[in-house]
Amino acid sequence: MTIRTAIFLAITVLANTGGEIAVTRAMKDIGEVKNFELAALFAVLGRAFRSRWMWLAIGLLAVGFFSLLTLLSWADVSFVIPATAFSYVVGGLGAKFLLGERLSPARWAGIVLVSVGVALVCAG
Amino acid sequence: MSFPVALRAKTIIMVPLIVLFGSTGNILLSRGMKQLGAVRFASAMDLVRLFMRIFSSGWIWMGIGGLLLFLGCFMVVLSWADYSYVAPAAATVYAVVPLVGHFLLGEKVAPLHWVGILIICVGVGLVGHTTPSTTRQQ
Repeated sequence: MTIRTAIFLAITVLANTGGEIAVTRAMKDIGEVKNFELAALFAVLGRAFRSRWMWLAIGLLAVGFFSLLTLLSWADVSFVIPATAFSYVVGGLGAKFLLGERLSPARWAGIVLVSVGVALVCAG
Repeated sequence: MSFPVALRAKTIIMVPLIVLFGSTGNILLSRGMKQLGAVRFASAMDLVRLFMRIFSSGWIWMGIGGLLLFLGCFMVVLSWADYSYVAPAAATVYAVVPLVGHFLLGEKVAPLHWVGILIICVGVGLVGHTTPSTTRQQ
């Protein structure tokens, strides 16, 4: 793996995970969705898009997407997609340190297994 | 910390919906793109023609619809459940898509992929047995 591939892989994983963590933060600010009527759900969506966390999420997810496309322009998809499965572990760390979630050993074990499983399924 | 029964029930209903819409969206998009055939770019007009064909495909619009529903459900669940619970649980999509491909579309699944599917299921099972929210204020 070249330095360029490692840098773009890191950008892809960090930007995608950071984007999802920012979405989580936006939704936690809005609070628990209790009303599942269509109008109420659209109201939640409207509030989400007034949150700066949501716009940060959109920005980070866009960076992650274009970084992935750039990476795929020279690296093999059979290497890139399984390698990004590592993002579940990065997501666990982000959830612990940025969102204050308490991850039990069972949840960590599940996250690691999911990462390995996704990497195997996506391996060419 | 105890987790209210109503919230657990909502989570148990919503996570399979995330998996259902995510899997369906991906499968419909894949079907739509396969119908279009191999993509070739010789000129800028080829790109315009490709976009016209992509967005005139019913399969692709249904796929986009599925993925929008996936995103909506993902956001709703995150309003009460942990990210570290929802993200790995949503990874069931990676197990469901090849299973649907194998059993409904007759696609071949390699032995290594079967091992991956099994490991994902065990991992999701482990995460699923933890408390969905560890940050909720009582």
